Amino acid sequence: MSLADLSANLLYVAFIAYLIATFVFGGAVKGNKNGSFKSEKRWGKVAITLTVIGFIANLGYFFTRWGATGHAPLSNMFEFTTAFGMTLVGGFILLYLLYKTPVLGMVVLPVALLIIAFASMFPSEVSPLIPALQSNWLAIHVSTVVVAEGVLAISAAAGLVYLLKVVDLSKNSKQRFWLEAIMYSLILVLGFVISSTYFSLTNYEANFEYVDKEGQPAEITYNMPPIFGMNEYVALTDDAMTPLAETPAVINAGKLTTVTWSFIVGTILYWLIRLIARKRVTAIFQPFVKNVNLNLMDEINYRSIIIGFPLFSLGALIFAMIWAQIAWSRFWGWDPKEVWALITWLFYAAYLHLRLGKGWQGEKSAWLAVVGFAIIMFNLVAVNLIIAGLHSYA
Amino acid sequence: MEKVQCQCGHVNPPGTDLCESCGRSLTEKEQNNTLADMRYEGTARRSQTYNKSIVDKIWNFFSSVKIGVSIIVVLLVAASIGTILPQQAYVPANTEATIKAYYADVYGVPGQIYHALGFHDLYSSFWFIALVGMLAISLIVASLDRFVPLYRSLKNQRVLRHVSFMNKQRIYGKGPGNEDTMKKAEAKLKELKYNVSTDKNGLLAEKGRFSRWGPYVNHIGLIIFLFGVMLRMIPGFYVDETLWIREGETRAIPDAPGYFIESQNFELETYTGEDEEAVFGEAIERVGNVAKNYQTDVVLYQKPEDSLPGATDDMEVVDEYPIRVNQPLKFDGYAVYQMDFRLDELKSMTFALTDKETEESFGELTIDLINPDEFYELENGATVELLGYYPDFDGFDNGEPQTATPLPNNPGFLVEMTTPETPEGETSFILIQETIEPFGENQYKLSFQNVETRDVSGLTIRKDKTLPILGLGGLIFMIGVAQGMYFNHRRFWIQQQEDGTVILAGHTNKNWFGLKKDLDQVSEFASLPAYQDQQEETREQDDKKGAELT
Ligand code: HEM
Repeated sequence: MSLADLSANLLYVAFIAYLIATFVFGGAVKGNKNGSFKSEKRWGKVAITLTVIGFIANLGYFFTRWGATGHAPLSNMFEFTTAFGMTLVGGFILLYLLYKTPVLGMVVLPVALLIIAFASMFPSEVSPLIPALQSNWLAIHVSTVVVAEGVLAISAAAGLVYLLKVVDLSKNSKQRFWLEAIMYSLILVLGFVISSTYFSLTNYEANFEYVDKEGQPAEITYNMPPIFGMNEYVALTDDAMTPLAETPAVINAGKLTTVTWSFIVGTILYWLIRLIARKRVTAIFQPFVKNVNLNLMDEINYRSIIIGFPLFSLGALIFAMIWAQIAWSRFWGWDPKEVWALITWLFYAAYLHLRLGKGWQGEKSAWLAVVGFAIIMFNLVAVNLIIAGLHSYA
Repeated sequence: MEKVQCQCGHVNPPGTDLCESCGRSLTEKEQNNTLADMRYEGTARRSQTYNKSIVDKIWNFFSSVKIGVSIIVVLLVAASIGTILPQQAYVPANTEATIKAYYADVYGVPGQIYHALGFHDLYSSFWFIALVGMLAISLIVASLDRFVPLYRSLKNQRVLRHVSFMNKQRIYGKGPGNEDTMKKAEAKLKELKYNVSTDKNGLLAEKGRFSRWGPYVNHIGLIIFLFGVMLRMIPGFYVDETLWIREGETRAIPDAPGYFIESQNFELETYTGEDEEAVFGEAIERVGNVAKNYQTDVVLYQKPEDSLPGATDDMEVVDEYPIRVNQPLKFDGYAVYQMDFRLDELKSMTFALTDKETEESFGELTIDLINPDEFYELENGATVELLGYYPDFDGFDNGEPQTATPLPNNPGFLVEMTTPETPEGETSFILIQETIEPFGENQYKLSFQNVETRDVSGLTIRKDKTLPILGLGGLIFMIGVAQGMYFNHRRFWIQQQEDGTVILAGHTNKNWFGLKKDLDQVSEFASLPAYQDQQEETREQDDKKGAELT
């Protein structure tokens, strides 16, 4: 087995360990019916052990891949996103050691699983580094950022638990709507994973010729049946489905098609869950958080930002500027990725000031933490895939 | 407004809520509070004291956290707008008109609107810079407004606080004590690394006061950073030049007087996917060629101070260096970066002067395409004169040949050929793959032999004297953040009254859990009276009230 294969297998091991741990955490929390926390403690121990085993395998994946490629595996969409899933679990383990909260694991691990699954939809073969990335700063800058984002994301998980407990689901409210929207968007990611996996297992491929936004002829390969066609498209594959609509040249109909399939599959899945359970997705999870200590969740929310914010400042701004000065001759160029790192940073600065200066604790803080996670995900996914710039990896 | 004298004798600045020295409540509002407002030690912040003149109003505006956060949020939203479409620096157009046309052509009406609103260059727009300026002012004003009185108050605090101060602290306890309670408490607190000072029947234990300065230190870091960014607008602090240099050329480095650079070779390498790169085979197959290295091998020269202007023969070699991406050449505060390249620019063309019929040749001539000679002497008395040279020929205007750029992309030559047989000379206009004979059929022609090419490197020259200032700002920011976030300020006040009753109070700016842990240790050792967390009690009462209502 080559080092690269070993690395891929270790990632599977980690994935499966996290999957099992999720259910054990869920059982631990659910078993705590009378709120005595005795069985929760016992099963929580089993679950955290599984998580740590998974995390060690995950680290194994990371360093064996580093060995195989000769550079820190943080250079494309697959690698960066996988690393984010890993640091998310790492951040959780850190805060678990401080606060012993199985309910947090029940939320963090499924999200980490989704993120790793999402990452695996991108090309995962080891790829060489372009000149701009050939620097020790790749490892220094990107690893600091990804650790910071993993820790910051824990605050959103704590916030979500907080909200699941305090939001009254029996009454129609903005809070209830948005909480359900969070669940729905997580299921959409699952929709993306399912549709991508299905079409790649069935080897779907359709080629088209089109005219790009500079007016040049170009070709594109669809790996999903084309719902949208590129500007002035001509099918090159015989039995390809005829797109339902043609998009203007600035819109990448291939990506739009992928997003649309994810929406279709995710939405069907969402309604299936609701029909079978006969309640909102949030309501399915609410019983699990019945015995949660709200003050503790608020504390975890704040604590992870206290750890994550300085790390993020260091990695995403200071190290980023140093490297940009070396590689691109200017420390700041208003590239979309840079701008979104600045936005993330400003957002958490606002969080700190609102909390410290305006007393925004508890529920308000919880919502802010969730929004912070949304911004991080936006920077990771949308800015890489939609907004083109120097940092576009995929 | 007047200064306020406390019953204890201390004179406080106007607007003080809690006496700096003993902690008595000085205002009615504060007297009615069940818990003292300890955020800024009850000090007189300018913004809370004066609100009359226009200066007061401006000061109060910028010192408000609400306004500060609003500025941050507006800035964050504004910044995001600039990422909807690419900024002008990233579009393939460089004049005002072509940029405007680009947004209209590629993005249609939304693109036109985006451009019309100035969002294509959002980050250098007046209003965006003004927002950053407001952020800076807010940082300065808010920090001064809080730091100065807080510093005064913590410096003036005394050991013995008034009872009314102590019982309004969140952590408060009162009860009988032993004879050695005070001694033991002092010993234990010292063991826990508190600074303990005593006065008569009381003690003040304090730890981590410096963490109170954390926010101000980090704000100073940010202000220094913004100041550094502003400095670069002053000439001399900042150089940003582009230099295109051909292989074999030596050129003066723009904005770096006395320095010259020679390009010996430019190299572009791509990954092969073979041998030790075999792991990358799959990726290379999927995406095609991947660049591995861009490199310009250069020699850096310097002219001596006393050298005559224009003289280039006395230059001294300073350095020989391969400039690569991520490895700029550095000298004397400057850095030269590998940024761009053009492969295979035409360097020179070689022709032979031949008789069209007999193919008899008078030999060859080579025309340098950057600095062509005007006159060429060939064998047997034949000559060629270059009447006109058009490096980037793009058609005729009024019969005159035109050149689009000074770069030799499509060279055109207007030549006069003279031989012993045609002493009057024959005129010919030569292009690649085409010859025009404007004055009728010629006997001789210049037949193309070969061409030499070379690569051109696009280098960027930077000098940025503000970098140390920016680095200092960043460092101070990080220190301040760590100082404020990872440490906290804890204080205990303990007094024993004549009858043996001990009263104690505790305060921290954050992490009450840690404070209580310390206090528990001291209590156990020195048998202090039990304490309560008065805020948690009020909160629990509130919770209960809330539950009754719903
Ligand atoms: C990008 C801009 C800013 C950053 C990164 C920043 C950062 C920080 C940080 C890290 C803290 C400490 C928080 C903690 O310890 O939990 C803090 C505190 C504070 N900041 Fe800022 N700040 C910024 C802008 C502002 C502005 C514009 C104001 C103006 C009102 C402001 C006012 C304050 C105040 C009043 C405190 C609390 C000080 C205290 O209560 O001891 N900050 N800031």
